[in-house]
Amino acid sequence: MQDRLKRRYRADRRFKAYSVGALCVAIAFLAVFFTDIVIKALPGLKQAEIELTYTYTDDVLFDPGGGVRNDDALGDEFNSLISRGWTRLLPQQIEEDPQLEGSTETLWVLATDDVDQYLKGEYNQLNEEERRVVDRLASQDRAALHFNTYLFTNGDSKLPEMAGLKSALVGSLYLVFLVFIFAFPLGVMTAVYLEEFAPANHLTNWIEVNINNLAAVPSIIFGLLGLAVFINFFGVPRSSALVGGLTIGIMTLPLIIIAARAALRAVPDAIRQGALAVGASRWQMVKDHVLPLALPGILTGTIIGMAVAIGETAPLLIIGMIAYIPEAPTSFTQAATVLPAQIFTWAGMPEQSYSGRTAAGILVLLAAMITMNATAIYLRNHYTRRW
Amino acid sequence: MNKSQETPPSYNPHSAPSLQSARPGDRAEDSKLKNGRRVSAETWAGQERRKERAQSGAPPVDAPAAKTDNPVKVHIKNLNLWYGEKQALFDISMDIVEREVTAFIGPSGCGKSSFLRCLNRMNDLIGTVRIEGSIEIDGQDVYDPALDVVSLRSRIGMVFQNPNPFPKSIFENVAYAPRIHGLVEGRAAMDDLVEQSLRRAGLWDEVADRLQTPGTALSGGQQQRLCIARAIAVGPDLILMDEPASALDPIATATIEDLIAELRDNYTIVIVTHNLQQAARVAGFTAFFHLGKLIEYDQTDRIFTNPREKRTEDYITGRFG
Repeated sequence: MQDRLKRRYRADRRFKAYSVGALCVAIAFLAVFFTDIVIKALPGLKQAEIELTYTYTDDVLFDPGGGVRNDDALGDEFNSLISRGWTRLLPQQIEEDPQLEGSTETLWVLATDDVDQYLKGEYNQLNEEERRVVDRLASQDRAALHFNTYLFTNGDSKLPEMAGLKSALVGSLYLVFLVFIFAFPLGVMTAVYLEEFAPANHLTNWIEVNINNLAAVPSIIFGLLGLAVFINFFGVPRSSALVGGLTIGIMTLPLIIIAARAALRAVPDAIRQGALAVGASRWQMVKDHVLPLALPGILTGTIIGMAVAIGETAPLLIIGMIAYIPEAPTSFTQAATVLPAQIFTWAGMPEQSYSGRTAAGILVLLAAMITMNATAIYLRNHYTRRW
Repeated sequence: MNKSQETPPSYNPHSAPSLQSARPGDRAEDSKLKNGRRVSAETWAGQERRKERAQSGAPPVDAPAAKTDNPVKVHIKNLNLWYGEKQALFDISMDIVEREVTAFIGPSGCGKSSFLRCLNRMNDLIGTVRIEGSIEIDGQDVYDPALDVVSLRSRIGMVFQNPNPFPKSIFENVAYAPRIHGLVEGRAAMDDLVEQSLRRAGLWDEVADRLQTPGTALSGGQQQRLCIARAIAVGPDLILMDEPASALDPIATATIEDLIAELRDNYTIVIVTHNLQQAARVAGFTAFFHLGKLIEYDQTDRIFTNPREKRTEDYITGRFG
């Protein structure tokens, strides 16, 4: 007897140790993953800039480099230190505001990616002369690493120092908005029908099984469906947020249906009977009593579905949302790209300085997803009733 | 004996092959229906059982005098009910009289709740249910396909075993049904109706100053009275109660019972209860169900002091169930 009790306690402890061990392994993986991402992303969040005193001259209208020629500090070869992305904007500035001509400004301007890499101690292609100039500027506090605002104000670019996430962020926002618009009403109404109105027969069972199957279909298949149906058949513009929203919407639909059904099922029958017994119609019962109670649960599921949608890449590759988009789209039918696709593009770039941006992009994407999941958890904890 | 003049002419108890009485208290005729075997033994057996009862401690009866002269409110004829293949109710015929409390008693699973739910068609919610026979409320066939079930339920209040107020404010709980049925116009009229309903349910004094707090924050007994207020807010003439006090403590139960006694003068109440004392205290008539059959239906004091059926007596004296 005593012996058996001891054995039982030993087994208890053993199983507890197993579960703690499993948890530790999971946490260790997560910790390594996050640390790695953050360490790689930190340089990407900084960008080299050079303080420049320059006069707008006639030259800039014809020679994009002309406007900065009279800065002594940079020496003769300075042009190669300033990003072409910045100098080529000068003529446009003068065109927009002719009074600028002849005036002198002192500004922090964007340096080339080689200067950026040099200041970060990475591999770069600066020659000896250029390195001396950069060292001199750095010692005068005229060349430094600043917070990388370009990452959020620029779209994609072939110049690594100019490349930003703006068009991808806008594209992702459009996509999530469209996915919500398509999938949420459709998903909730489907769930309401299946839970509250559908008779329990073979057809209903069959629909249920297929919705569950749909949730398990690999996402790339949805991409093929989007290509075949939305682009080829309905003629929705390729690469547009619209076709992306439709495709990912279809993909998210089963997730929302399943979450909404679970939430509806959690509403006790007593509420339904109470409503029906006072003479509410079925729809009144659903609209006035069941849906309001199920809504936090439905929203939680929906937000988690949206988080999946914002991170989805594979189907978007097929429908062309991996395009090079320097300017943020302004309508749903314009070509757009999304965060994960942008990260995928950057990850394949040969220039070293894209890797920091890739990691920074991953960080932004993770932050968006964590925010969404945190919102879902908040909703679940604060609005879900317990019976 | 008081086979009454109010019984609808369409009804003929002799056509019913069952043992049940058509009208509570219709003993003499009913005894004859029961194949004559009992008729001669009636007096003797009755005396025997009264002696047994005295020894076995059946519940005391202080039933209100049954209003036997009231007209018939609900007329049920040859009602059968199946859940899928399983038959739950067998050939039930009975008349429920107006402005009186009728209690359904019987062991668990005997079909009394199923029967109660037939009266406002709450069984419709179960897909596999099949019903035969007829139920007429004020002469209107409840299962008439042309009848709108929503309007039917708006005339029948229902109170459930577990208090199930809507998770909304107390005010909203009572105001919801009148609003969806468009019973009142304007804010002031609604306030009046809510107050009136809460007063009738004996809850007004306790909640008057916190009508906007959630109904679910009340105590169990208060919640149940809120449910009663909700049920009477639409002005029903029939109230169905499915074990309304079984989830409550004795004090809350007593409050509910007092309330039922008060409501008795204005409403026809049908109450399902497991609590025999409760039936004895509140009901003018009592029907005993067993295994889906209506075994005996009579004035409450007769059921409890002088039941005709052996099974009724066995149940009442606690020998089974």
